[in-house]
Amino acid sequence: MKSLSLYAVFAYMFLHVPLLILAAFSFNSSRFTVWEGFSLRWYRAAFADAQLGEAAWNSLVIAVAATVVSTVIGTFCAYGLWKRSAPVLAGSLYLSLVTPEIVTGVSLLAFYQAIFRFLHLQLGMHTVILAHVAFCIAYVVIVVMARLRTVDAQLEEAALDLGANEWQAFRYVTLPAILPGVVSAALLAFTVSFDDYVITSLVAGVDSETLPMVIYAVARRGVNPMLNAISALIVFGLGALILISERLQARPAA
Amino acid sequence: MSRLRKIFLAPSWAIMIALFLTPLGIIVVYSALTRGAYGGFAFPFTLESYARLIDPLYLTILVRSFWIAAASTAGCLLLGFPLALFISRSGSRKNLYLSLVILPFWTSFLIRTYAWMFLLRDTGLINSTLAKLGLIREPLPLLYNDGAVILGLVYSYLPFMVLPLYATLERLDKNLLEAAADLGARPWQTLVRIVIPLCAPGIRAGSILVFIPCLGAYLTPDLLGGGKSVMIGNLIQNQFTTARDWPFGSAISLALMAIVMVLMYVFVRRDKESLL
Repeated sequence: MKSLSLYAVFAYMFLHVPLLILAAFSFNSSRFTVWEGFSLRWYRAAFADAQLGEAAWNSLVIAVAATVVSTVIGTFCAYGLWKRSAPVLAGSLYLSLVTPEIVTGVSLLAFYQAIFRFLHLQLGMHTVILAHVAFCIAYVVIVVMARLRTVDAQLEEAALDLGANEWQAFRYVTLPAILPGVVSAALLAFTVSFDDYVITSLVAGVDSETLPMVIYAVARRGVNPMLNAISALIVFGLGALILISERLQARPAA
Repeated sequence: MSRLRKIFLAPSWAIMIALFLTPLGIIVVYSALTRGAYGGFAFPFTLESYARLIDPLYLTILVRSFWIAAASTAGCLLLGFPLALFISRSGSRKNLYLSLVILPFWTSFLIRTYAWMFLLRDTGLINSTLAKLGLIREPLPLLYNDGAVILGLVYSYLPFMVLPLYATLERLDKNLLEAAADLGARPWQTLVRIVIPLCAPGIRAGSILVFIPCLGAYLTPDLLGGGKSVMIGNLIQNQFTTARDWPFGSAISLALMAIVMVLMYVFVRRDKESLL
């Protein structure tokens, strides 16, 4: 058991130390990866950067839009599947989840280009948002479905017997019971959307550069401590959202 | 019920058909066309793109992708099994320890990969520290090779291995372990002859869950492998951007999809548990 604990400590260090080091060096006053002293200069530089600001704004708009749409659609979908299974729909949701991102990305690109032959449109925020909705739905369905499994189906039957119509039974009986799951799914969809690089970079236009796209470009160019500062902010921001999401998933049905 | 249910399912049907199944269908059509003079595509229909998949140049990349995915899966198993065993035996702290495994997975994939670039590159933390200590003169070539890609993949997908392993270990009948001990088995004998065989479904599930995304990885080999450790994902991206050979890019995409679907099918048929 003792050697097992040591092994576990090692595994946890492997999982967490790289990000902690990255965050620690965001406070380094030097431009190089040698510690010189504490400084907030890279945070100031990051906040003053106009390109970063615009990209962060784009990411936020895209993630919020994709989250709202995919959460509504995904919740309805999970509810429908809970009532009675629909193997083809469930199968395609599954498939969308296991499809490599690069394949999803190039197929969406090919799809948009094919449509643009007939419509006078261009790649931009709208194409990115649609793509994000498409890959967020499966996540939402899975999280909401897990919550629905804990709900007693007889409660709805009782509501129907007492004169509620189907919509009312959903709205006033089941929805309140699954609400923590729905919020949790929304937070998850937000993080998945906010973080996506592969699909986004393929279907983005000139006006829709997102934060991960800027991060990618800077990372490829070389060491830049400003990137550590942005990374630390994103990791802790998204980390907080995920913790809230987990709490909600664990909360028992009211 | 059925009318409301139809209304509820309609939007997700619409999105899945318009933005997932139709794009895949377009890729199927493109894969059977020829490359146009200025990129794009041209008729007639042909299977030429598929024939090019077995060109030694591309076959090398396919084989490398398989080996990198397999090595990463093995790495996850070696690191993940003891970790899952530890969590399943840690009593009331189980949930905390489990969260500590899952948490980094949901925080930015891109930034987690960048963290390794920060550590491994020539001017990165490891090399600059070693140089400062006077241990090396030339930076060690840590980044831009297969090893760096495997490291990044293991780091990224370890939670996919730990979760199913933990789930099966959690269900393990503790009486069996006691019985083995009573009958004189040493701890490692119990592990090898009782725990691991009973854990086979978890090992299978974890391995498939890690292998599939590793095989289709794009970002990790792109950032940590540079141009030197190219995988299928990078080849596809290249065909759609720089090389502008969409039919060939489509054919590779479909080949990758076919492999993924076969693996999923074999797995789902053996283990009936599902999320949906």
